[in-house]
Amino acid sequence: MLHNLSIGELADLLARRQVSSVELTQHFLDRIARLNPQLNALITLTAERALGEAAAADRRRSAGENSPLLGIPLIHKDIFCTDGVRTSCGSRMLDNFVAPYNATVVERLQGAGGVMLAKANMDEFAMGSSNETSFYGPVKNPWDTTRVPGGSSGGSAAATAARLAPYATGTDTGGSIRQPAALTGVTGLKPTYGRVSRFGIVAFASSLDQAGVFARSAADAALVLQVMAGFDPKDSTSVDQPVPNFHAALQGPIKGLKIGLLREFFDGLEPKAAALIQDALTLYRKLGAETVDVSLPSLPLSVPTYYVVAPAECSSNLSRFDGVRFGYRCANPKDLMDLYKRSRGEGFGAEVKRRIMTGTYVLSAGYFDAYYLKAQKARQKIADEFRAAFTKVDLVIGPTTPTPAFGIGAKIDDPVTMYLNDIYTIGANLAGLPGISVPCGYVDSLPMGLQLIGPHFSEDRLLKAAHHYQLNTDWHRHSPRGYES
Amino acid sequence: MSLTRQEVEKIAHLARLSITEQEMPVYVTSLSSIVAFVDELSRADVDAVAPMAHPLVGQSQRLRADVVEDTDRHEKYQANAPQIQAGLYVVPRVIE
Repeated sequence: MLHNLSIGELADLLARRQVSSVELTQHFLDRIARLNPQLNALITLTAERALGEAAAADRRRSAGENSPLLGIPLIHKDIFCTDGVRTSCGSRMLDNFVAPYNATVVERLQGAGGVMLAKANMDEFAMGSSNETSFYGPVKNPWDTTRVPGGSSGGSAAATAARLAPYATGTDTGGSIRQPAALTGVTGLKPTYGRVSRFGIVAFASSLDQAGVFARSAADAALVLQVMAGFDPKDSTSVDQPVPNFHAALQGPIKGLKIGLLREFFDGLEPKAAALIQDALTLYRKLGAETVDVSLPSLPLSVPTYYVVAPAECSSNLSRFDGVRFGYRCANPKDLMDLYKRSRGEGFGAEVKRRIMTGTYVLSAGYFDAYYLKAQKARQKIADEFRAAFTKVDLVIGPTTPTPAFGIGAKIDDPVTMYLNDIYTIGANLAGLPGISVPCGYVDSLPMGLQLIGPHFSEDRLLKAAHHYQLNTDWHRHSPRGYES
Repeated sequence: MSLTRQEVEKIAHLARLSITEQEMPVYVTSLSSIVAFVDELSRADVDAVAPMAHPLVGQSQRLRADVVEDTDRHEKYQANAPQIQAGLYVVPRVIE
C-alpha cells in the first residue's frame, strides 16, 4: 500500500520508475475523497493543480533529476500563503482570500518537486489546542472521531495520521505541531526560532511562530526539514546559519548522549503517561544514553507568560484586518468606525476575539509593566534556565501532553483549561528552542507523544535521538483502525 | 482579578471589535478568568532579569537596503479588496 510507505521508500519507487508521481498523487487524492469527509482535516482541495505538479515532477525525473521530495505529495496547513489558492487561516475573515504570492516554505517545497494536494484545516489564526475554533468546523481525530486531533495544526496532524499524504506542514507558536502530533500518533518537529522562514505565513505571534513538519517518522521529517530550513532575506528574523545534512546526521550510535529528565514535566503527571516516558528512558539507557535529572524552576510560569506575550503580539498582528484592503467586510457600514468594528467583530471567531482583547488589555496604558514587561522578564528567565540545563545535558525529555486526545466539546467553553493543554510545549517556544514529538505508546487506547527539546539549532541531534528511538520501537508504524488499507 | 463590563467594553473599543449584547457576558467571564490566570506572574521573582528582546542570544533585527525589488502588482493585490474604484480602496465617507 503506497500510503503506508515512508518518503524514502516512495522516493525509491519513483526513482526506479515503479510508480509515477501522477499515479502516487492520484492514489492520495482518491484516499482524500474517500476518507476526508469523516475527518474534516482539509479546507481546500487542489486536485487539478496537484496532478499538474505531479506531471511536472515526472518530467523532471525523466530529465534525470533525482531528489528525495521530487514528486512526493504533501498537504500545507492553510496558514501558508499559496499563490492563486485560497489561504483562509481557518477564519471567516480570510474565507475569500486568494494569496497573491507563495510563502517561502511553499516556494521551497514546490522547487524541490513537492506536489500540493490540499490545504489543511486549523484553529482560526492558529489560536487553539483542539482545532475546534476553525470557521470550517472541528477536525476529528482518526483514532477516535469523537475526539479532537489537537491544534492548532489539527488538520495537518489528522491528515498525516490518516495517511492522506506522506507529510504535511504546520506551524508551532505554543505547541501547535508537537501537541497535535502527539494526539494523533505521528512525528512532529518544531525547529529553532529563525531556522525556517516565516515569510508568507499568516502571523499570529511573531516572536514565537515557527514552521515545521508532520511526518510518520523522524527520518522522513529530516528529509522535509532539509528543504524547508535555511536563510531567507525576506524574513528579518530568519537566521543565517549553515544547515547541516539532517538525514546524514541520523546515522551513528547515540552512546554517551546525555538526556535530561525535566522534573517539572513529571510533577503530577498521571501514572499511565509517566510509565510510557519511563519506558522510553529505559530504552535510551539500553542504547547507551545517560539520563540525568534536571530542573527548570521557572517552567511553571510558562503558560501564564505565554498567555500574555502571545495575545499581545496577536492583538498587534491582527490589527491589519481592517475590512479595507483584504478579508471580510461587514454589510452596509454606516461610518469608518462601524466598518472596522463590525468587519472585525463578524469576521473573527470567539477565541480570536478573546485573544485580541487579552492582548489589548495587557498592552493598554497602566497595565504594560504589570503584564507585558513582567512576562518578557519571566520569558528570559525560562530561557536562561534552559540554557543552564543544556550545559549539563544534550537534550531534555518528557511527555508532549499531560493527557491523550480529549472529547470534542470537552474544553471549548473553558479557555484556561484549554490553555493548560500546552503546559509541556510552550517552554520551547518562549526560549526559541527546537522540539520534536514522537509516538511512544497509548493511554486508554489513544496515542501519546514523547517530547525531546534541545538547544538552539540542534535539530540534527533531536532527529537522531528520535530516529534511534524509532529504530527500536514501532509505535510510529501503527495506523489508526480503518486507515491501513 | 476580574474585569467589569465597562472595562471589557473599553478594551473591545480599543481593539475595534463589535461585541453583541449576548456575547458580552461571556467575554466578561472568560477574560476575567484569563486575567486572573496570568496574574500568577505577579508572584514571579523576576525583577533582576532583563526583559527578553530576542529568543536567540546575540541576534538583533537585521536591516536591508531600501531597494525596490518587486514589480507593481497592485491589481493582483487589490483583487482581494472588498471594494475598489480606479485602483483605490473605497471606504465610507470620512470627511463631510
